[in-house]
Amino acid sequence: MPFSKNQMDPDPPEDSPSNSTNSEGANAPQSPFPDEVLEKVLSFIDSHKDRSSVSLVRKDWYNAERWTRAKLFIGNCYAVSPEIVARRFPRIKSVILKGKPRFSDFNMLPRDWGANVHSWLVVFAKVYPFLEELRLKRMFVTDESLELLAKSFPGFKALSLLSCDGFSGNGLKAIVSHCRNLTELDIQDCVTEDFAGDWLSSFPENFASLEILNFASLNSEVSFDDLERLVSQCKSLRVLKVNESITLDLLQRLLMHASQLTELGTGSFSQELTPRQYEEIERAFSNCKNLQVLSGLWEASSLYLPLIYGACAGLTFLNLSDVALQSGEFAKLLAYCPNLRRLWVTDTVEDKGLEAVGSTCPLLEELRVFPADPYDRDQRDGVTEVGFLAVSRGCRKLHYVLYFCRRMTNAAVVTIVRNCPNFTHFRLCIMNPREPDYLTNGPMDEGFGAVAKTCTKLKRLSISGLLTDLTFEYIGKYAKNLETLSVAFAGSSDRGMQYVLEGCPKLRKLEIRDCPFGNAALLSGRGKYEMMRSLWMSSCAVTIKGCRLLAKEKPGLNVEVISEEENDESQADKVYVYRSVAGPRRDAPPFVITF
Amino acid sequence: METSLGLLNSAGGGGGGGGGGGTLDKNTAKVEKDYMGMSKEPELELVEKGKGSAWGEYGRILTAKDFPNGFSSGRNAVSAGTKRERASANSVDEGSASSPAVSQVVGWPPIRAYRMNTLFNQAKTSNVEEDKGVGGNENDEQSKKKMNHGNDKNDVVVKERGNVGFVKVNMDGLPIGRKVDLHAHKSYETLAKTLEEMFFKPSLTTRGGKEQSVQPPKLLDGSSDFVLTYEDREGDWMLVGDVPWRMFLNTVKRLRIMRTSEANGLAPKSQDRNEKQNGKPI
Repeated sequence: MPFSKNQMDPDPPEDSPSNSTNSEGANAPQSPFPDEVLEKVLSFIDSHKDRSSVSLVRKDWYNAERWTRAKLFIGNCYAVSPEIVARRFPRIKSVILKGKPRFSDFNMLPRDWGANVHSWLVVFAKVYPFLEELRLKRMFVTDESLELLAKSFPGFKALSLLSCDGFSGNGLKAIVSHCRNLTELDIQDCVTEDFAGDWLSSFPENFASLEILNFASLNSEVSFDDLERLVSQCKSLRVLKVNESITLDLLQRLLMHASQLTELGTGSFSQELTPRQYEEIERAFSNCKNLQVLSGLWEASSLYLPLIYGACAGLTFLNLSDVALQSGEFAKLLAYCPNLRRLWVTDTVEDKGLEAVGSTCPLLEELRVFPADPYDRDQRDGVTEVGFLAVSRGCRKLHYVLYFCRRMTNAAVVTIVRNCPNFTHFRLCIMNPREPDYLTNGPMDEGFGAVAKTCTKLKRLSISGLLTDLTFEYIGKYAKNLETLSVAFAGSSDRGMQYVLEGCPKLRKLEIRDCPFGNAALLSGRGKYEMMRSLWMSSCAVTIKGCRLLAKEKPGLNVEVISEEENDESQADKVYVYRSVAGPRRDAPPFVITF
Repeated sequence: METSLGLLNSAGGGGGGGGGGGTLDKNTAKVEKDYMGMSKEPELELVEKGKGSAWGEYGRILTAKDFPNGFSSGRNAVSAGTKRERASANSVDEGSASSPAVSQVVGWPPIRAYRMNTLFNQAKTSNVEEDKGVGGNENDEQSKKKMNHGNDKNDVVVKERGNVGFVKVNMDGLPIGRKVDLHAHKSYETLAKTLEEMFFKPSLTTRGGKEQSVQPPKLLDGSSDFVLTYEDREGDWMLVGDVPWRMFLNTVKRLRIMRTSEANGLAPKSQDRNEKQNGKPI
């Protein structure tokens, strides 16, 4: 679907809701519905994609839609400005806002690159006093911003921070002490400085409304007494994910108050226990009859895993990525989890552990295998194509995989997708850059080609290993539903990138690093980038001149470059291209060149 | 397709792709030279200030530019002719059987910075779980974790959060250094063992390939031809093992495996700096 400027029209009409009958002039037919009816009907439409479609039908639909939209989804905070958003949508209660390009997760961008949420909050504070929810991903969030948030929205209920940074305990303190109606505080994968845990003690004395509390990734010791009181008072608490500072015996006390939990993230799972303590903890887990999601389990070992057996019958998502289990104890645990649909593990379980997955988890839909030691010099441990094959044989419903390994073969990949043709997300990371097929010592082209060809529903693909342009030719030819493609250390020439740009009509996000794609490849996509969310290219063969050319030809795109040198012929180290109706961003730090 | 065939014959190394590059125009060739160009600094400084470059204040980050010969294991040679000599001073030595590359590429493997901070603790501690079960160990894990989360105010620590605790390790006689994550270790013993395995595995020496029969020499007890030394914050070179482990973590900048013969000038087990005569062996 072509990107339409209507999506975020810089100058939307200021009509009031019931006044759109004359907005289209004499030529347009009258709407068959009064506006009130139209708005009532539209208020049932939740999905932002559907709402965007609705807004394109005709002018009165556009108006009805903008007045009834309550949830805002902004996939790239720089694609639009807070002012434009505020002008178009007057009644927003919930905002999802995403900032930095994904590669910032891997430290490929300096800390002050941007995506600061503050300017958004300043506008929201003025325009959306009834804001209830804010979900941020890869944004820079300062304590000052959190304080502004805490004080500006009396009905604020839910704060979710995923992969964000910039804040400390002081910001959290402001949130928990001011937001009287808080139901959700969810902090995931945020890298923060070590800070004091007294934010948790700042919840008001009789606070009882919390339903979701996740501070698993925060590295601070909290007051257990305050936590216990909080948990016992919040009768609607259904998600609780604590951090490592909470030991097993303390967890047991929390579980006594919260056996209704549907999602639990434990703290540290290794402690010297008396037999009586062991029994108590076992019982506390068995009392959690509603558990669907389990995570944490830091340092759990075969000695302590049996504690959770009684809580696993209803588990649909087991996240073991924070603990390094061996295959034996892992297999024993799996036997208690017949209903698993999502499983995250560390590769310490090895192929043998994955064989257990294949034989025990017939309902499995998603598998993620993370490397315990990505820099393992010996490269002996971990999982291989054998484990992946075993899973594919036993888990025919598998459609999402993230797999870090050190060796793979084309033959295995071909068989895997034959067993599981319904992949929507296939993210295979062979960790050694340009690693060839283990058996043939040749490229992995045929394997990924099979993925593209066989998995007709494929939406997201990450490729790795030794790859020539042929892989891209396959992707361009077959992956017609592909939306996100991640490429590293692959390809032989510009043609590679061109195949994808020419062949994948639904492509939205393309991220490339360390590939031999240059200006010709970059410019060949000039007609495409406005239909995408963004393009990232780093350590490729693009020059400043190429970027400048693209920016000149396409004013609807922001082209940003980070480079050591600024003359035309120098390599553009990092290139970030994205569509925007807000023009080049004004908060770019000095090391970012905006054209 | 000659270009790609050429690359395949050379097993696909060299991301610049210019192996068969007769058809490249001048600009592209020049670009590739830049792309393949040498890094500006021969050594990785943990923090590099005031260079005026885009990355000046963030430390020198190695990218594929610094490893033009590619990263694959030894069997993939690179054909990128003339670019080699510019890069050779800083390149990954294809002759070494090890593949240190994975640990030296920024942002690779693509694992979230947050997860990187917690990963190494897990990998190492799972091996010592027999020692656990006592509350005291948890405190160690806690404080180690705290250190891992980049809160170290010591500005010698690498500013990129993803490379927590990595310091460079060089060994006399080897042109290429390695990096080791100090935060993954709880004591000198495990650190020494790791380094011994890293640098003294049979494949790197002239011995045969049978790993089991060869014991790597011990670096800490003075019995081998090499000793383990470190450069501290004041720029002095000291023998590893003198000070308590935590103090060592706070003060170490980089490591060096030095020939015993050259290490004579270092103050051995003495804490008194005044007694040191030759602090800078390099």
